[in-house]
Amino acid sequence: MSDFISPVPEEGYTGYVKEEHHHDMGGDTIFGFWIYILTDCLLFASIFATYAVLRGNFVDAPLAIELFELDYVAMETALLLVSSFTFGVAMLGANAGNKRQLYIWLGATFALGLGFLVMEVKEFIHLSHVGATPWSAGAWSAFYGLIGTHGLHVFFGMLWLVAIVFHLRRDGITADNKVRLMCLSLFWHFLDIIWICVFSVVYLMEMV
Amino acid sequence: MSSNHTIVTDPHPILGRFTLDSIPYEDPILLTTFMVVVIGSIGIFGAVLYFGKLKYIWDEWLTTVDHKKIGIMYVLAAIIMLLRGFSDALLMRSQQAVAVSSESGVGYLPPEHYDQIFTAHGVIMIFFVAMPLIIGLMNLVVPLQIGARDVAFPFLNSLSFWLFISAALMINISLFLGEFAATGWLAYPPLSGIESSPWVGVDYWMWALQISGIGTMISGVNFVVTILRMRAPGMKLMQMPVFTWTALCANILIAVAFPILTVCISLLTLDRYIDTNFFTPAGGGNQMMYVNLIWAWGHPEVYILVLPAFGVFSEVTATFSRKRLFGYTSLVWATLCITILSFCVWLHHFFTMGGGASVNAFFGIATMIISIPTGVKLFNWLFTMYKGQVEYTSTMWWTMGFYLVFTFGGLTGVMLAIPAADYVLHNSLFLVAHFHNVIIGGVIFGLFAGIAYWFPKATGYTMDETLGKWAAGLWTLGFFVAFMPLYILGFMGMTRRLNYYDNPVWNFWLLVAAGGAVIVLCAILVQLYQIFAAIRDQDKNRDWTGDPWDGRTLEWCTSSPPPFYNFAVLPDVRDRDHLTYLKKHGLDGKPPPKYEPIHMPTNSWAGVGIGMLSLPFGLAMIWYVWWLAIISFLAMIGCFLAWNFFAKKDYWVPVEEIEAIEKKRWEDYALGRNYQPDVDPAQGNTSSTVSL
Amino acid sequence: MLKRLSLGLMPLFLTGCEWRLFDPKGPIASDIMWLIIGTAAIMLVVVVPVTIMGIVFPWRYRKGNGKQPYEPDWEHSNTIEAYVWAIPVVIILILGVITWYSSHALDPRKPIDEDKPALVVQVVALDWKWLFIYPEQNIATVNEVAFPVDQQVQFLITSDNAMNSFFIPNLGSQIYAMAGMENRLYLKANQQGVYDGFSANYSGFGFSGMKFKAHALANDQAFDEWVQEVAASPDALGDEEYLKLREKTRDVPPAYFTLDNPLLFSDIIDQYAGGLGEVSKQRLQRRSESVLHSIIKNNETSEGGH
Repeated sequence: MSDFISPVPEEGYTGYVKEEHHHDMGGDTIFGFWIYILTDCLLFASIFATYAVLRGNFVDAPLAIELFELDYVAMETALLLVSSFTFGVAMLGANAGNKRQLYIWLGATFALGLGFLVMEVKEFIHLSHVGATPWSAGAWSAFYGLIGTHGLHVFFGMLWLVAIVFHLRRDGITADNKVRLMCLSLFWHFLDIIWICVFSVVYLMEMV
Repeated sequence: MSSNHTIVTDPHPILGRFTLDSIPYEDPILLTTFMVVVIGSIGIFGAVLYFGKLKYIWDEWLTTVDHKKIGIMYVLAAIIMLLRGFSDALLMRSQQAVAVSSESGVGYLPPEHYDQIFTAHGVIMIFFVAMPLIIGLMNLVVPLQIGARDVAFPFLNSLSFWLFISAALMINISLFLGEFAATGWLAYPPLSGIESSPWVGVDYWMWALQISGIGTMISGVNFVVTILRMRAPGMKLMQMPVFTWTALCANILIAVAFPILTVCISLLTLDRYIDTNFFTPAGGGNQMMYVNLIWAWGHPEVYILVLPAFGVFSEVTATFSRKRLFGYTSLVWATLCITILSFCVWLHHFFTMGGGASVNAFFGIATMIISIPTGVKLFNWLFTMYKGQVEYTSTMWWTMGFYLVFTFGGLTGVMLAIPAADYVLHNSLFLVAHFHNVIIGGVIFGLFAGIAYWFPKATGYTMDETLGKWAAGLWTLGFFVAFMPLYILGFMGMTRRLNYYDNPVWNFWLLVAAGGAVIVLCAILVQLYQIFAAIRDQDKNRDWTGDPWDGRTLEWCTSSPPPFYNFAVLPDVRDRDHLTYLKKHGLDGKPPPKYEPIHMPTNSWAGVGIGMLSLPFGLAMIWYVWWLAIISFLAMIGCFLAWNFFAKKDYWVPVEEIEAIEKKRWEDYALGRNYQPDVDPAQGNTSSTVSL
Repeated sequence: MLKRLSLGLMPLFLTGCEWRLFDPKGPIASDIMWLIIGTAAIMLVVVVPVTIMGIVFPWRYRKGNGKQPYEPDWEHSNTIEAYVWAIPVVIILILGVITWYSSHALDPRKPIDEDKPALVVQVVALDWKWLFIYPEQNIATVNEVAFPVDQQVQFLITSDNAMNSFFIPNLGSQIYAMAGMENRLYLKANQQGVYDGFSANYSGFGFSGMKFKAHALANDQAFDEWVQEVAASPDALGDEEYLKLREKTRDVPPAYFTLDNPLLFSDIIDQYAGGLGEVSKQRLQRRSESVLHSIIKNNETSEGGH
């Protein structure tokens, strides 16, 4: 029964640590950001579930299959995928302490993200003009809800990127800024993965 | 409240939907309450200015990132909201006690008013009483129990708290400005849609829950990181105190469940604001999806509430049985089982929606399976007392009340989990009695036990034990008198949320239930007096040693209240009951050999700033005052960026300061040790006379 | 004192039939009653000992009792752990089997008598009253429903606004009424009588008055007489009348109609799925009014200001 009782302490044990080790706060932040991504996963999962429930309910609005242009969306997808790659290269630059490389590739990421958003907004405008508005039918509500949420995430990711550039310009590639970059890069790749799910579930499954 | 306000067909560009008619000045009760609140607030603010405490309050409380102070503020806010939620309960009980009639208009509350009251009661009790009590206790205790100096993200902790306060204020503002939702606490569409509920009530509901929900989600992430990464050196997962374990599970549930709530409310918001068709039956929406989403959050929410309460009972039972907790390992596994299973049962809230027999049976059985780990927990607490030396403190009174009440709630819960039985029990007063049975008996008793248990740790002095026992006794008695009649009425076929009823036989039982509510009122008054008396007599009841109960775990190693850095030197943990281990080997009550500088977070104005800006933002969204909504939102982002770029976030506490604080601490400790045997035995303070 | 006590307890004894869930008037209600009693009894096998332990343990091992053993480090016993897990598991296994079978046996959509045809009653939850349509008899009623005893009734249930729940406690199961959907519920009375029915899901300000009487009539002949009585009503229920009926009203007395539109029930459901009937057109018009991105105010609250 005393298997669970801890053994008698060694000589010199006081109940206090002998020396405090520096706590890795950057590690906490990155771990916390992973947990945040978990919550965001659940958020998207709920919206995907919503989409799955409503995807057939077009009532008297136009059908998605009539309006989707796969080539156009494939182009959008390509932009976002490439932006993930450019972010990766930017992170390499950050780790190497190469500010120039970092800025160039962050700039490329920003441009690609912007291109993605512009294409998405244009698609929204086009769909709205042909009668597929968020309020025209349940399926379209779910479509705009899902893609809009992803788009908002990309938008905030880009604002965040700008904020980090200001941090970098002021302080350089410090430990704090590296943690910030690390979190944003996690976020950006996460959005990429979500987009792949969106592309498969919304566009491919609708077209096939 | 107002039922004949002006019909606004087009929101005013500056005032939105607001008109003078939005203020229910024709209602004398509300007007009086409003005046009292306004005069009271001015009075408090004036007193603060008069005594020159503004800077103190700003520096020490409003901008604080200290988890202990945030915890205390959570608990205080929850107690205030408890008074609001409980007065709603008294209104409902008294209305139902008198409203025998075959037509509406009886009693003193018309449906337009009454329906807001039961909605507000549910929303306030769950979101603004139970949740802040839980999060407050976790704030207070978890970092101390794991030997950390603060939570992982102190600024986010402050932000969560102020978002919660902003939402709580919003709910109370709805009393004096417009109306609150009259939809039931979960606001099922289409009733909560814009066509059936066109005015501001449901919007208050949505924005208050959205804002406090986001705050809770941030807290959840914060505590998961804190518990997993900031434990004292040597503390393994299986050496964490059970309260910390349950807090970890509850916070994992928060992190996983609250996003679903966010989505659910956001989609309802879109339906109401831009006329999308997520839940509108016409236009291809699906109201059943709302019910699924809200309960996919709602059921885990029940366990978010009850798990930490189970944790409190574990701590209290072990401490006051003077014995190690029986079956720690199986308790932890039972907690993990509940955590996972809680996501597989949400459908039992709507068996009557018409799911297939196999689906219903699956969810019914899954629900029953949860009662296995719950039963195991009960047995573990009972066997903790077995061969112990149980001391009847007020915390133990709450725990005993819990054993009596909760077991019965478990029984009725399993009855409701059988789909075929639920077909007649669903939405009846039997159901109402059941969930009050588990939430009062489980959650509320647990939290009150926790407050009584950790009160000296938070404040530095104990509460009166006799009053505490009276409160526990009256609550238990009041619970039985108030809710046993509801079980009976459920069997009589009375459904919930009735404003009036034509069956005179029900009246008797509703009168009894109203009597029970009065007993609970007495209990609450005793509790308020207990807090008042504790503050009044603090010099008499000071806890000099920091260990008033002969505690077992880490939080009792430091002073009461703990210094802002909690532990001058971090503990080196070898055993689950760290303090008991030290006592056993004669190592307790010894200062550390030397001190080192301590790294601490600085206070931040941004938490309170952003949190309080969410109030005008929410109100502006509710009243369609778009310009104000945009300005407040941008101001929130601006505040965050300003903090992010310019605020100083941490500093080092010099050794001299620590030495000064700790010198005093160990003097007090010696004083307390010598003083202790003379303490009034009724206080239950026997810490120095224990033999192990 | 005694007198007051006995007066107080009077409702307990004198009004046994008020305990509607224990006063079944049909086979479904009866089965459910025995299910509730049986499962509660099984659970008492654990609940009673636990409650007793919850009183005895802390009392026996109270501080200062002194006679009992005290083992502060005793924290584990494989035997006890085995029992502690096994007992709940066994109970839940038994209850699980009961749950599985009862869920299938008492499925609301399962006909009670497989070989006998059911009387069809279409039920529409309105704000705030119940509309009953008898498509075969070509009649409709508000807040009153009738059927012969020993005749299974197939209730087809929908709603034309908020979610409600159709419930006659003496006869058994309830089920939700939801707009745009049809739920099915079989019930049967085996005793003549008038039973209370109501909505068991809150649906707005008039919810408390959303009650009806369910008449279980002595035989087919009595039912035919009732049908004729309803059919003799001067009021006909067509699309126009229906749209008037669906306006929000409270505490509505029973009313009888002859049925003008035999497809009224499916029209009511179809309006939520882009149907083309008159009801649907009105619905579309209401919707297009609400799409104006402004606030629609509130015939309900202006109506409700009494």
